[in-house]
Amino acid sequence: MDIQINIIDREGGRHELLAPTDMNMSIMELCKSYELPVEGTCGGMALCASCHLYVLSGHELSQPTDDEIAMLDAAFFVQPNSRLGCQLKLKEDMDGLTVELAPV
Amino acid sequence: MNQRIETDIIIIGAGPVGLFAVFEAGLLKMRCHLIDALPQPGGQLTEIYPKKPIYDIPGYPSVLAGDLVQNLMQQIAPFSPGFTLGERAESIEKQDDGRWLVTTSRGTQHLAPVIFVAGGLGSFEPRKPPISNIDHFEDHGVEYFVRDPEMYKNRRIVIAGGGDSALDWTIYLADLAEQITLIHRRTEFRGAPDSVEKVMELAESGKIKLITNAQVIGLQGNGQLNGVTIQHDTEGEFEVAADHFVPLFGLTPKLGPIGEWGLAIDKGAVEVNTLDYSTTVPGIYAIGDINTYPGKLKLILCGFHEATLACQSAFKVAFPDKKLSFKYTTVTGIEGIEK
Repeated sequence: MDIQINIIDREGGRHELLAPTDMNMSIMELCKSYELPVEGTCGGMALCASCHLYVLSGHELSQPTDDEIAMLDAAFFVQPNSRLGCQLKLKEDMDGLTVELAPV
Repeated sequence: MNQRIETDIIIIGAGPVGLFAVFEAGLLKMRCHLIDALPQPGGQLTEIYPKKPIYDIPGYPSVLAGDLVQNLMQQIAPFSPGFTLGERAESIEKQDDGRWLVTTSRGTQHLAPVIFVAGGLGSFEPRKPPISNIDHFEDHGVEYFVRDPEMYKNRRIVIAGGGDSALDWTIYLADLAEQITLIHRRTEFRGAPDSVEKVMELAESGKIKLITNAQVIGLQGNGQLNGVTIQHDTEGEFEVAADHFVPLFGLTPKLGPIGEWGLAIDKGAVEVNTLDYSTTVPGIYAIGDINTYPGKLKLILCGFHEATLACQSAFKVAFPDKKLSFKYTTVTGIEGIEK
């Protein structure tokens, strides 16, 4: 089943993306596949924070791992709703999720 | 003038692909010299994920990134490669004799007819906090590395960060500096438990000042740093006098000077011809994650292939008058190259 993920880019533009849930894809990979400005430098290992984003909607998401917490520790512009897009795998219960890309 | 290092191929970037290029070049009797901004070979495998398993190296169901680098070092040892480590390749310059001169951040000069750019994600540089005037204070009170601990003697230091290097330097400098303030955005530290405990002890005994749930948001001084502005989650903004501010937030890769060498660049990667992974500049090749071409995949195994083909082509540049014959290692074995 495809779901909808809403991405607010760094200029405030809103992108409503159709996202597959059966490809083990993360939000970082989704952004890259739609050519949104997310580098994903480390390839998804929670090691670069180039996919740092803020969760704006009230969805219940997976808890961050120690690796993700450690990376957010060394990142900047971190807020209580900060997550790494590479650690958020697309799942059906994320339908309608809205996130905003953090500054780089 | 420094003594120049002369070789057949200068390889910029000592990651897995740069290292394997030494092997393939060695089979063709070409000598190689590697340059890397990091102090050790291995690139991101050593720097950012040495303990992570890699599953797509042919013949290895699983291999730790750090082990792969060690194996590659062993595999290329017979060809006696040279290394210039801890120095970033800054500039390239074509010489009258057709060779390339590559100069590093510390002024080390290298000469060869061929350059392989195997720079991966670029060179690793300190992650700089987003403080608007931080550039003005670099080397005037702001340092991203502790190079010479003696310079902090009897000075007031603010260290920021929550990892091992922030903890270790806080502990080390506690005896040396007049005053140490450690700032961390959270209350939990992710460094080694022993170091965390030691820092807590130092804070309790008043030897250091520990401010958690806070970050440095401003720097003051007239040319030379004299204070930092700290924003605390609950207590708001306040200033702390400081002669030095040392933000320790790890390293992040940047394309760096490679982007200014006149090579065709597309979205931060060097464009190559897939015939031989040559760039738009004759004698310069780009292999591994740093290059781009239609269908490019950033995989170590693809980089190995690219290195192999680039060596065949590079031979014709380095030795235009010699015949090139392709050999299997199973038939001819490995003939090393003396230093």
